[in-house]
Amino acid sequence: MNRALLLCLTMLWTLPATAYELSPEEVAPGVWVFEGRQEHFTRENQGDIANTGFIVTGAGVIVIDTGPSARYGRAMHAAIRDVTREPVIAVYITHAHPDHFLGNQAFPEVPIVALPATIEAIKRDGDALTDNLYRMVGAAMEGTDPVVPGHEAIPNRYKVGDRELKFIAAAGHSGKVASDLMILDRTAGVLFAGDVVFHDRAPTTPHADVSAWIAQLDALSELDFRVLVPGHGPVARNHDPIEQTRTYLRWLDAHLREAADAGVHIVEFMNQPLPDRFAALAVAREEYKRSVAHLYPPLEQARLQPLERP
Amino acid sequence: MPQRLRLLLPLLGLLICTTALAQDDPLRSPGWNIMVDRFFRDATVIHDERVQVSAPPGAENSHSVPGLVRVEGIEDIQRLLVFADLNPIPRILELTPTTALPTVGFQFKVQQATPLRAAVQTADGTWYVGGTWVDAAGGGCSAPSIASANPDWQDRLGEMAGRQWQQQDGAQRIQFSVIHPMDTGLAPGIPEFHLEEIQVYREDGTLLASLEIESSMAENPRLLLELPGEGTLRIHGRDNNGNRFAGVLR
Ligand SMILES: [Zn+2]
Repeated sequence: MNRALLLCLTMLWTLPATAYELSPEEVAPGVWVFEGRQEHFTRENQGDIANTGFIVTGAGVIVIDTGPSARYGRAMHAAIRDVTREPVIAVYITHAHPDHFLGNQAFPEVPIVALPATIEAIKRDGDALTDNLYRMVGAAMEGTDPVVPGHEAIPNRYKVGDRELKFIAAAGHSGKVASDLMILDRTAGVLFAGDVVFHDRAPTTPHADVSAWIAQLDALSELDFRVLVPGHGPVARNHDPIEQTRTYLRWLDAHLREAADAGVHIVEFMNQPLPDRFAALAVAREEYKRSVAHLYPPLEQARLQPLERP
Repeated sequence: MPQRLRLLLPLLGLLICTTALAQDDPLRSPGWNIMVDRFFRDATVIHDERVQVSAPPGAENSHSVPGLVRVEGIEDIQRLLVFADLNPIPRILELTPTTALPTVGFQFKVQQATPLRAAVQTADGTWYVGGTWVDAAGGGCSAPSIASANPDWQDRLGEMAGRQWQQQDGAQRIQFSVIHPMDTGLAPGIPEFHLEEIQVYREDGTLLASLEIESSMAENPRLLLELPGEGTLRIHGRDNNGNRFAGVLR
């Protein structure tokens, strides 16, 4: 649909956008995080629901994810300038979900880098994802267009300024192929895990391959770092969010498989209460329902066997 | 600003119509009276919570939203009709239960927020109606999927799969799927092409249930039915181009 029309329609029932209040927190020397709210997209939160961040390397700033809108990206860029005189030299996009890359327009002079699968997904779905966010977030999206990252990330170790960085291609949250970029600052001991790790907030699964994701989390528990920046939820100083994410996904996977084996129809268990240990996660009920919608139909179909012709 | 006003006026009009027309509809749908006209003209219609319609409140995939209808405590049901008031093709399916239970699970397409309803007609002609609203917008990270346009569907057209589960209450629950594009004919250049009817028989030829199906049902339909008894079944189908499909569900 025409985006100006969408915006016009959404403005009929919203107030004009207010400024994003972005204040970064320094989680390790030179490593800063903008913590998003643990909510779903709403007009009130203006889409600010994911964590973004940046690293001041001594040779320039690298930005990790750009948030849900052009305005967010610009607010982020301004907040970075308040912290350091070093210019932004590169933007890394962890994955192709709209709360993570729609601020790209705020960094027009800078290479924007992502894994090949992420670049493909933004090329293919960028417009649809953007339209969808206009519908949900409204006025804050004004002027936002998807910008496809122009550079492919190559997983490896790099020396950037005074930092040793490791780029890791992870699988699971965004699909079976490695399409989640994680950045480990080995110098500061900080892992930007993207949406591979959630903390105190139920994981989202619209493109997930749950088995690949669990395997990825297994591998991650071996990784050495002191500070963990999840894609959503508070920054942690331990590995606990990895275990939390893995426990939830394992439960979800087993629960769905069991229901599919028993021939339960999707709407018959979508509304059942969650176990207590997960009900405390932010947006657990909504995310659970959405996960059932994403993950259950293929399991149901896989339970059916070809019928012979009579 | 004039542009915005122009947009606003039809919306206001719709609101006014809605309040005037939908008074006897618990779901307060602007499409209800049109549905009455289309499906229930001159019949007695009773909104009844025993006709239970379940669907997720929001569509994660607007090309395939699951729905389940169950009816408890209404006897002598002749027909079970499922429709979505505000869909371009409102009718989704009609089940003639014969001996099957008045239960049906399916997936359908939505274009905008709409009520999903089921109506059952008893032998005296009365319709009992239940329903729920389904919003077409899903969560933020779900790109509306392009109807899968799977290139190999032509080779696999009519392929059937299925399974049965014997339930504790004695009913035989079956789920089966048919590979079919279910084209609505509404997209330019793609003619209407969809499954039109399905019958479920016992091995001895006894008819248990028959279904009429519209193109508002999702691509590659997967249906759930509940039948009395147990045993092998034969499922027959036909599309609007006259292709016939059949399978044995053991
Ligand atoms: Zn994500």
